[in-house]
Amino acid sequence: MVSTLGGFVLYLAFGVTCYAIGAALWGARTGRADWTASSRHAVLAHFALVTLAILLLEYALIRSDFSLRYVVNNSTRSSLLQYKIAGLWGSLEGSLLLWEWLQALLAALVAIRYRVRHPQLLPHVLAILQGISAFFLLVMTVAVHPFARMVPVPLDGRGLNPLLEVTDMLIHPLLLYLGYVGFSVPFAFAMAALITGRLSEEWLTITRRWTVVAWLLLTGGIFYGGWWSYRTLGWGGYWAWDPVENASFMPWLTGTAFIHSVMIQERKRMLKVWNLVLIALTFSLVIFGTFLTRSGILASVHAFADGPVGALFLGFLAVLLFFALGLLAYRSDRLWGRGQLDSLVSRESAFLLNNVVLIGICFTVFLGTVFPLLAEALRGTKMSVGAPYFNRVSVPLGLALLLLMGVGPLIAWGRASLDNLRRNFVKPLLLALLATALAGALGLRHVEMLAVFFCSVFVVGTILFEVTVATRTRVRTMGESPWAAFGTLLLGNRRRYGGLIVHLGVVLTILGIAVSSVYKSEHEQTLKPGESMAIGAYALRLERLLAGERPTHILVTATLGVSKDGRALGELSPGQRFYPNQQSPFASVDARYRLDEDLYVVLSAFERDGSSATIKAMRNPMISWIWIGGLVILLGVIVAVLPERRRDGGTSSARG
Amino acid sequence: MAWKKLLIPLAAVPVVLLLAYGFWTDPRSIPSPLVEKPAPDFRLTLLDGSAVSLRSYLGKPVVLNFWASWCYPACYEEAPHLEAAWRAYRDRGLAVLGVAIQDTEASAREFAQKFNFTFPNGLDPGSKISIDFGVYGVPETFFIDRQGRIAAKHVGALSPGALDGQIRGLLARP
Repeated sequence: MVSTLGGFVLYLAFGVTCYAIGAALWGARTGRADWTASSRHAVLAHFALVTLAILLLEYALIRSDFSLRYVVNNSTRSSLLQYKIAGLWGSLEGSLLLWEWLQALLAALVAIRYRVRHPQLLPHVLAILQGISAFFLLVMTVAVHPFARMVPVPLDGRGLNPLLEVTDMLIHPLLLYLGYVGFSVPFAFAMAALITGRLSEEWLTITRRWTVVAWLLLTGGIFYGGWWSYRTLGWGGYWAWDPVENASFMPWLTGTAFIHSVMIQERKRMLKVWNLVLIALTFSLVIFGTFLTRSGILASVHAFADGPVGALFLGFLAVLLFFALGLLAYRSDRLWGRGQLDSLVSRESAFLLNNVVLIGICFTVFLGTVFPLLAEALRGTKMSVGAPYFNRVSVPLGLALLLLMGVGPLIAWGRASLDNLRRNFVKPLLLALLATALAGALGLRHVEMLAVFFCSVFVVGTILFEVTVATRTRVRTMGESPWAAFGTLLLGNRRRYGGLIVHLGVVLTILGIAVSSVYKSEHEQTLKPGESMAIGAYALRLERLLAGERPTHILVTATLGVSKDGRALGELSPGQRFYPNQQSPFASVDARYRLDEDLYVVLSAFERDGSSATIKAMRNPMISWIWIGGLVILLGVIVAVLPERRRDGGTSSARG
Repeated sequence: MAWKKLLIPLAAVPVVLLLAYGFWTDPRSIPSPLVEKPAPDFRLTLLDGSAVSLRSYLGKPVVLNFWASWCYPACYEEAPHLEAAWRAYRDRGLAVLGVAIQDTEASAREFAQKFNFTFPNGLDPGSKISIDFGVYGVPETFFIDRQGRIAAKHVGALSPGALDGQIRGLLARP
């Protein structure tokens, strides 16, 4: 029943999407608003249909309807309700359906929000968004069927991979998908601008919030993924430069570059082509990432499919690239901008440099990701590119970015005067030099660490000086109290101060990454009950080794008494989980998370008779700063995108 | 001028071609640095309780197969071919050894019975043997010559033809 109905709904949705594309294009061509309106209605109907499809699949998952292959593969009768629901994005078919639903949702939001505004752009935007939807529906109707039947109907399903049966599974994929899909809206507006030749700043102002929110969700997804990996996988890390991780990082880099470079176009009418290229690149990289995860062409721990889907995604990527580049070529005569850099010492050149660095990192990551393919194609040699390559390249570029983060927001537009430079930078620079010298005097000898420290203090210094000076000015001129002045400043210039808060978050994150990777330590030892091992100032004593049955698995835990400098700190209980359907055990990490350092313990092995346990312990200094930085970034973006209420209405046009 | 514009979208062609090339490669088939090196020795406790060591096979060519009962479908596909090859070539001195990795004794035994394995098979507790051989996934098969050197490594399920070819090569080596 569900299978037939679900399949039918998907075909119908595909038909409706095709109609929406046709109607929108006809509306655009003839300029007839009724056709565009009809297309808008089709977009809404398409959303309703895809919603129905997703509800049907969820219904089948929740009811454990094992006549569907997808339900068999992604849930069991005993799964908890939330994991039955999360089964929707547990593997390929369902995740495509979820993606398509989010895509349909965004298209519907666009259709509703811009009902009367931007009549020239809208039909093209709708056609492009629906074109993307049509592709996803095509994949689901010809290659991978979410509603495929299972014959004979088994008594129970195989269930999700136990690693995915955690609450994180309810959050991380959704954030990432929303981020990915979110970039389709600015992409569609950019392409619509190219098609219609409305190449002014219109599309930028419309899509600014869409872009920033998509960026936030993608950032959130990446951070959350790292945090999840760190807390649960038991290797003590959060990022491995795996192709699929890189696939989420690359659009993040170009998206970040885009968010910065649009400011130059808004202000100076420059970089038109560049912004169009960046957004096209960002969305293409999103599809590239999806292609990587679903094609199996590169070895990755995350890849979850191969087969015809890969070829379809590659085809789509090719169409996307030709379409975007073709449009750029078509409009190239009108695009080459008039503006030029007045001076190398200016905000626009700082932003430009930031773009160059971000794209540099992106290119490096891209090269490293596809290099195994390139090497095999050209030289016939198998090789893999590992973390050392990525770290080596990204450390200097990351430092350059950090430094620019201090310069960019404060340097003057156009041509920075010596006075501007002196006013904004001398004090932070002195502060940073002083702090670095102090750190050096206290024994910090690690050169890269000193550089990170210097840049971080510099950035924080510039932000603090900027806020202090502005607040002080308001106090003097308006007679407000310092706090009130600070509040008005923050709320009056949300975009600017939100951005600065984001920068603070990035600094915290970079400090966390740098300190934890340079100063981490690790020790592994086999202990008999009653024996102790030492790591740093900590002593871990194996108290007992116990096995217990849990509803879905058997859990073996080693209980460790933890003390630091002889002072007892309580217990940690790392373990291993054994699932009946899975052959190898899963780590159950335990850790003491603190601001200064995490103590992270894993049970690597144990004797069945309980006579000994092998414990891996890690000290990860300041690693929690990474996650705190992520939260600060979140806060900053929220400040930046909340609608501004200015009496003069000066930014109303910035509202999309 | 117009043809120059065409160059812009054509820039995407090499990227797409490179990615398409990926469909013809298998990222899992990694050449083993162990090939042409002496095979690491190990002791294997067999499912019937007896034990063998690789060293004791010196002078005989050995097909060393890593499998697991949970490795479906690849291990299930190649299992009958292994048994058939063993029956066909045992008279010519070939030895076949099976190592079940990350497996429980009960399910490994069930697997061996299902395919009527008559060649020696054993478990690899703690994955010690598979680590020594750098096994990345199952199935993987190592072909070891009479002098105890690894002549070849095969990743993934063996087809009867591939298995036969490898064994002939092995028998031809001194």
